[in-house]
Amino acid sequence: MKNKSLISINDFCKEEYLQILDLATYFEKNPNQKILEGFVVATLFFEPSTRTRLSFESAVNRLGGRVIGFSDAALSSTTKGESLADTIRTVSNYADLIVMRHPIEGSARWASQVASVPIINAGDGSNQHPTQCLLDLFTIRQTQGTLDNLDIAFVGDLKYGRTIHSNVIALSHFNTTFHLVSPEELKLPSAVKMHIKSNNLQYFQYTDLEEVIPKVDIIYMTRIQRERFADPIEYERVKNSYTLTKKMLEGSRENLKILHPLPRVNEISVDVDLDPRAYYFKQALNGVYIRQALIASILGLA
Amino acid sequence: MIFIFILTHMKPESRKKLIVSAIQNGTVIDHIPSHAVIQVMRILNLIQTDHQVLFGMNLDSKKYGNKGIIKIRDKFFDDVEINKIALVAPTATLIEIRDFEVISKKQAEIPDIVEGIVKCFNPKCITNYEQVRTRFRVIDKQNLRLLCHYCEKITKNENIEFI
Repeated sequence: MKNKSLISINDFCKEEYLQILDLATYFEKNPNQKILEGFVVATLFFEPSTRTRLSFESAVNRLGGRVIGFSDAALSSTTKGESLADTIRTVSNYADLIVMRHPIEGSARWASQVASVPIINAGDGSNQHPTQCLLDLFTIRQTQGTLDNLDIAFVGDLKYGRTIHSNVIALSHFNTTFHLVSPEELKLPSAVKMHIKSNNLQYFQYTDLEEVIPKVDIIYMTRIQRERFADPIEYERVKNSYTLTKKMLEGSRENLKILHPLPRVNEISVDVDLDPRAYYFKQALNGVYIRQALIASILGLA
Repeated sequence: MIFIFILTHMKPESRKKLIVSAIQNGTVIDHIPSHAVIQVMRILNLIQTDHQVLFGMNLDSKKYGNKGIIKIRDKFFDDVEINKIALVAPTATLIEIRDFEVISKKQAEIPDIVEGIVKCFNPKCITNYEQVRTRFRVIDKQNLRLLCHYCEKITKNENIEFI
């Protein structure tokens, strides 16, 4: 991946996913080393995302590199009317690699065309967030020992959740059976379902969360946002029926693990947190290893 | 200079004569769907050209029943321009005329990549915010579905808007 930008999960093949996961496994065992000494990584967050930014900055710091950047567009010259292209060209002079998050879709691809250094997309609107997808694959493999032939449930807002769409597309390489749990109005878009079908895989759709729990190896929970509903009463009804509680987990498979991209609001009850099946905080830690693997690989250091 | 002939009001013999009375040098774009004639002229920038342009709509066509035609004097098109036409007029034929002779006939072909002529349908796409030349991969030539290189959203046939 040397000198290659990471923009979209669709740019990669199965072998490339697996190489990055293997490299992340190496960093999981050796998280602190000085291979980035002398390197500067810019983190340009045109919209705030504290969790993602800290994860990247932790990854760089643990490898001995330096970080420059901003955490909000209000702190950049965007407020003076500078174009994204000009900001990126300028910062290319100051850093060896740019990590960027931007609310406009396609901004990362555009940036990668004007930058003289590689770009890592840390989220471009509702389009792509490839490092999240890779850390999810890494976590699934870590918990199950394999990515192949798993039963995976995606729960919540399957219509707008970009993380879900990317994960479904990436997991379609691994003979996954998909269990899709959502309210009627937030079902997985047909374009993504077509992707499952074109890989000759199966999917099942549910509106009842409890029904799916005994059938799966992974439950991937996501937040349902109030603004997705025209009718606030409908939101209140749905909100409670998609809250995972410890009691609901009785009768699950032994190997079941619960994932969530975080931040969680109320979709996983806090009584699940101490259960051995809860894995979402470990999942967040894995983000550091995946980002270490990507940065090292792109800078040609691993 | 643009001449507009209201051909449907003419007698069949004179209509035929008029279509065949070819230009000495230039291009005839034949078999354009009638509704797309104005759009083709816009895409090829024939609204503002200095070349002499003649066009007709709702003409009889053996092949399609009904067609439009555009003749442009002293003007020839390269493949990139021809491909632009294909998006709105997939049936169009380009006939090159030199000294009243037909030199070549080309079929307009829908390209694999469409650059700089179609607007991305997604209002949140970077191409609608900054000066970025749009770029799409044609993922379905039959139903004309364009995948944006930037935001990865699909612009469907019915949503296509030309820049």
